[in-house]
Amino acid sequence: MSENNHHISSYKDHLLVLLILIFLTVITVAITSIELGPFNTAAAMLIASVKAAVVLLYFMHLKFDHKIYRITVGIVLAIYAAVIVVTFFDYFYR
Amino acid sequence: METTTHHEDLHRDDTASKLGMWLFIFTEILLFGGMFIVYSVYRYKNPVAFHIAHEELSIPMGFINTVILLISSATVAISISSIQKGDRKLTIRMLVVTLLLALTFLINKYFEWGAKFEHGMYPGSDLMANLSHGDMLFFSLYFFMTGLHAVHIIVGMILLGVSLYKVQKGLVHSTRFALLENSGLYWHLVDLIWIFLFPLFYLIH
Repeated sequence: MSENNHHISSYKDHLLVLLILIFLTVITVAITSIELGPFNTAAAMLIASVKAAVVLLYFMHLKFDHKIYRITVGIVLAIYAAVIVVTFFDYFYR
Repeated sequence: METTTHHEDLHRDDTASKLGMWLFIFTEILLFGGMFIVYSVYRYKNPVAFHIAHEELSIPMGFINTVILLISSATVAISISSIQKGDRKLTIRMLVVTLLLALTFLINKYFEWGAKFEHGMYPGSDLMANLSHGDMLFFSLYFFMTGLHAVHIIVGMILLGVSLYKVQKGLVHSTRFALLENSGLYWHLVDLIWIFLFPLFYLIH
């Protein structure tokens, strides 16, 4: 197989992604250091999910790879989300 | 060395090998994902104990380790870009930096765990056994999940070390880099897990 038009991420892009990730980490630490009650958890998890998406799309190259990878990752994350929802429905309404 | 025309004498399918790596990564996601659910459920059932217990963890230490892992992910990504561009020297340099960062992460973990051990806080200790139910759950999950993550760091270091060796030997190069790419995917997974471990254990209250 030949991937002649294979996308190669530039070094600059990688460094930019790194800066964004560190910035988001600083924001998470800042947000959780102030008292927001239940929003602390929500904000921290939301930012962590954004960071995870950035790592998946750029560092793990999903954005540029064949779409079969994106589809399979999507399916797995959907299954995982379903397990979370079912588990918490169980615990909240027990 | 390489000739310009590609001669395919050996069967090789980079797409399939990468898909195989992803399938393995899925099992890892579900493994850690399962533990994250366990953690969340126990946290929901023992909110006060988890809140007090989490204050024992050092946020600066966790933050430094997070940044170390993020940088190491970037250096791996750069090494993959550079091998594709045929810049072997930069690839080697970036992989060496990654391995050093991974080692730094483990050394930090050693001191972090070591401080807990000195206070008699380790799995199976008398202190742990006498903790309240919620505290015990928090620290058991803390040691288990960060410990399993550290094992993944070591495995990732081995994979990247083998890739580094093969790059030096010229066995991994600009038209054949699946091994490095797949090791890189594994390394990013280790980073991905830590992205969730850090806020869950160190930050949320």
